[in-house]
Amino acid sequence: MSGDAEAVVAAVEAVAERIERERDHLTDLDSAIGDADHGGNMAKGWAEAADAVAELDDPDAQTVVKTAGKTVLSEVGGASGPLYGGSLVFASQELEGGVTPESAVAFAETYLEKVKDRGDASVGDQTMVDALTPAVHTFKKSVETDELPPLEALAKAVAAAEAGVEYTVPIRASKGRASYLGWRSVGHQDPGATSTLYIMEELLETAADELDSEVPDVDTTSPTIPDAEAAEE
Amino acid sequence: MVGLVVVSHSATAAEGIVEVAAEMGGDTAIEAAGGDDGEMGTDADRISDALAAADDGDGVVVLVDLGSAVMNAEVAIEMHDGEAVIADAPVLEGAVNAAVAATDPKATLDSVIEQAEAAADIEKT
Repeated sequence: MSGDAEAVVAAVEAVAERIERERDHLTDLDSAIGDADHGGNMAKGWAEAADAVAELDDPDAQTVVKTAGKTVLSEVGGASGPLYGGSLVFASQELEGGVTPESAVAFAETYLEKVKDRGDASVGDQTMVDALTPAVHTFKKSVETDELPPLEALAKAVAAAEAGVEYTVPIRASKGRASYLGWRSVGHQDPGATSTLYIMEELLETAADELDSEVPDVDTTSPTIPDAEAAEE
Repeated sequence: MVGLVVVSHSATAAEGIVEVAAEMGGDTAIEAAGGDDGEMGTDADRISDALAAADDGDGVVVLVDLGSAVMNAEVAIEMHDGEAVIADAPVLEGAVNAAVAATDPKATLDSVIEQAEAAADIEKT
């Protein structure tokens, strides 16, 4: 198995373990504003996904991601199956040539677009889009504009996702089941944004392990000062 | 012949809607894809199987109820080899209209969708 495929298998396993550890916390978040099934559903789906990718015979990275997505899609009920699993299946096409900083950016962008499209959600609706959007934007800019090392770019993306999760607390839900609560949804952290952050944190930890590095200490701010004249050219 | 798939959170509701539509639908292939592994919900794999069963090459019109039914139907359509489209229609009335429209010898995927979507305008009083 190629190194990137091995890393993706390790990442799926790490996500499954993390979601299992956070199961009760996710369920608590979901009981406040939803139907209290997010923790259990996600834990079951990702555990099955970890088993499924472990059984693949010499897969490439794309196949690993696609298999994980298909399993999550099948095993996770409600809207989470299509949102988490279906979007992984769709975005896996970007990893056809393996995992590189460039293909990872394309993957992240395609995943975000699919989630937004499928859920008909935008930033500010109190959904996982609020965590994903700043993460994907920060990752793309860190790789393409700031040309940061991939691990640092990913660390900044995770910091951005964390800020996005915090942003879901003081706003009102406009999509998903919590939207039925109207103003009562204000003051609650979105479970989907939270589990999305956990997934990203595990991708970062796994990437650091694979590279034998420590997770770099970063924040969401950019090291470069935008040059307006250069941008106009 | 254009086929139909009825997606509902309830397996019983999906089968019931198929029963009503089949009464009017002649030879139209109408598949029920309700429930999620015996529980309330929708399931992309189940919808995929129904699409394959309903599609003889002329395409499939998909009728859905609410929320995740739409998302799971979209995922199933992305994975389907043939042509399939979700009708923006009430699930029962749309299924009946589509079933009737599909029996027209000149029916196409577009004409069946159009008739399904016209069900949104049915007045009951």
